[in-house]
Amino acid sequence: MNHMHMKINDATQHGKVGLIPFLPAGFPNREQFWKELEALDKAGAAVIEIGMPFSDPVADGPVVEKASLRSLADGIDLNWIFTELKARKGQFNAALLLMGYLNPVYQYGLEAFGADCEAAGISGLILADIPHEESQFVKDAIEPHGVALVPLIGLNTSRERMQLYAENASGFCYFVSVLGTTGQQKALPDRIKEKLAEAKAVFDIPIALGFGIENPAQLARFDGLMDAAVFGSALISHIESGKSSAEFMQPWA
Amino acid sequence: MKKGYFGDFGGQFIPELLMPPLIELEEAMQTILPSEEFQTRFIQMLKENVGRPSALTYCRHMSEDLGLDLWLKREDLNHSGAHKINNTLGQGLLAKMMGKEVLLAETGAGMHGVATTVAAAMLDMKAVIYMGAEDVVRQAPNVNRMRLMGAEIVAVESGTRTLKDAINEAMRRWLADQENTHYCFGTAAGPHPFPELVREFQQVISKEARQQFMDRTDGALPDVVVACVGGGSNAIGMFHHFVPDASVKLIGVEAAGTGEPGCDNSAPLNLGSSGVLHGMKTKLLQTDAGQIMPSHSVAPGLDYPGVGPEHAHLQDIGRAQYVTINDNQALNAFVTLSRREGIIPALESSHAVAYAIENKDALKGQSVLVNLSGRGDKDLGILDRIL
Repeated sequence: MNHMHMKINDATQHGKVGLIPFLPAGFPNREQFWKELEALDKAGAAVIEIGMPFSDPVADGPVVEKASLRSLADGIDLNWIFTELKARKGQFNAALLLMGYLNPVYQYGLEAFGADCEAAGISGLILADIPHEESQFVKDAIEPHGVALVPLIGLNTSRERMQLYAENASGFCYFVSVLGTTGQQKALPDRIKEKLAEAKAVFDIPIALGFGIENPAQLARFDGLMDAAVFGSALISHIESGKSSAEFMQPWA
Repeated sequence: MKKGYFGDFGGQFIPELLMPPLIELEEAMQTILPSEEFQTRFIQMLKENVGRPSALTYCRHMSEDLGLDLWLKREDLNHSGAHKINNTLGQGLLAKMMGKEVLLAETGAGMHGVATTVAAAMLDMKAVIYMGAEDVVRQAPNVNRMRLMGAEIVAVESGTRTLKDAINEAMRRWLADQENTHYCFGTAAGPHPFPELVREFQQVISKEARQQFMDRTDGALPDVVVACVGGGSNAIGMFHHFVPDASVKLIGVEAAGTGEPGCDNSAPLNLGSSGVLHGMKTKLLQTDAGQIMPSHSVAPGLDYPGVGPEHAHLQDIGRAQYVTINDNQALNAFVTLSRREGIIPALESSHAVAYAIENKDALKGQSVLVNLSGRGDKDLGILDRIL
């Protein structure tokens, strides 16, 4: 069982939702980033998503895009991410996951990327621009290193396509709550329930709900239909306003 | 070959949430596109509304000046001023027959935006056009045209405020509005099936040009066929029916920007490397770390850090050669064609014309057929500031 799967199971077995915070690497600055990660870890994150900044983040909303471009301007790249993570290997209780777009990974070299993920203690990868049709060469490079390619599905994903993703999937399945980009929104559509139920029936790994999640109250309607929640934009905005990650995590505890 | 690929290039590198509309589009290509109803209406629109077939013009004065036979395929004479209308009418009609109500597009020079707006008006659809804020200023006449014809214009302030950022934002909008909206992609690039779809609508250029040239030359083929390459739709349209003719040299002209070493340019086939952007694997201007670099050309329609995947393939297999022309060489061609032939070319097309001028010695005595992809009225504001 993949490390991310185990960590989410730990939470659900205690009647909780697995917490999956997202921060772009190097945000809000190089030093503070690691302090925020430690705080998120201590506050009980099951999985921590670390964003790999990219110049053209087409699936990201304005908050994540702005934060990622700021990291990019500060010179954050995969070399920095791996060097720093290797120095901290074993220090996090949460499972670690990298999230971004294919091109920086492709230029880094997929084989080297897979090996460095293993050396840095990374157990999952999300590439927003890799659908099932293009995923095999990425899986071939990272799975031998114990790294799972996390499937992203959503409201318009048919059962047939869910089944394609479910074959040999590990880690968790990321269910995107909106047809759109990342970012906070007040109301999650009711249609989610039906599609979450469909996903629950197809996947034998945990289901995480993401995009537009900012507080635990939003999730009550989806009890039993999802196992974990991903939040990025709300956390980034919270940190930008000068508040701490620990404070953000309190209502979720 | 894997579906949606041209050799090593192409593919579908997009979020899963965009796969359903791409699959729907691919199915429409297989069912609606070949139908008699679609073909009859499309051919009728090309004739009645676009003015096809476009003319083939022999440039008497420049041919004498340069010592070669210079021919132009006149896409500048199309309604709305460029080759773009072939594609937008095709995609617009397809979308209408798929039941869509909105045509969403990105535009650099504004020609694709204008052409999409024309198609939307003709087909009683709504046009939503994303344009980099920088280009909104550079191409004000086209912005005014689009507004007059009823388009909603969204000025994109993110990133470099040019075409690539307009594409990013348009893709985001499509993610959110995919049920009633068709993304009318402007060039033979992006995720499968767009490169094939756009080529399908633009191949009429070389189909006509090849026959027209043979009709005028007792069955001879041109020695060289030239087209400018930004995303590459006019070039792929101009090349397509000549690809099997081994004797015809195919030349794609990329924009070298100022031409100084290390300057921003729009020449990924000459100065870029393989990578993934906007749904496709192709040649890109990028850093070693895989970040997309800003591009530049005096011609906004060429100002793009990537290129359609079929061009990357044609270069890879050696069937087409891709060269560069800088801003000043293009401006010289712009003025020369205007003064010697009374034809004001788009700054984009001026890059292709400049190839003939700059290589006149090597091309001596040969027949050179240039695709004049658009007209230059839209560029007069830029020219006022430069010349």
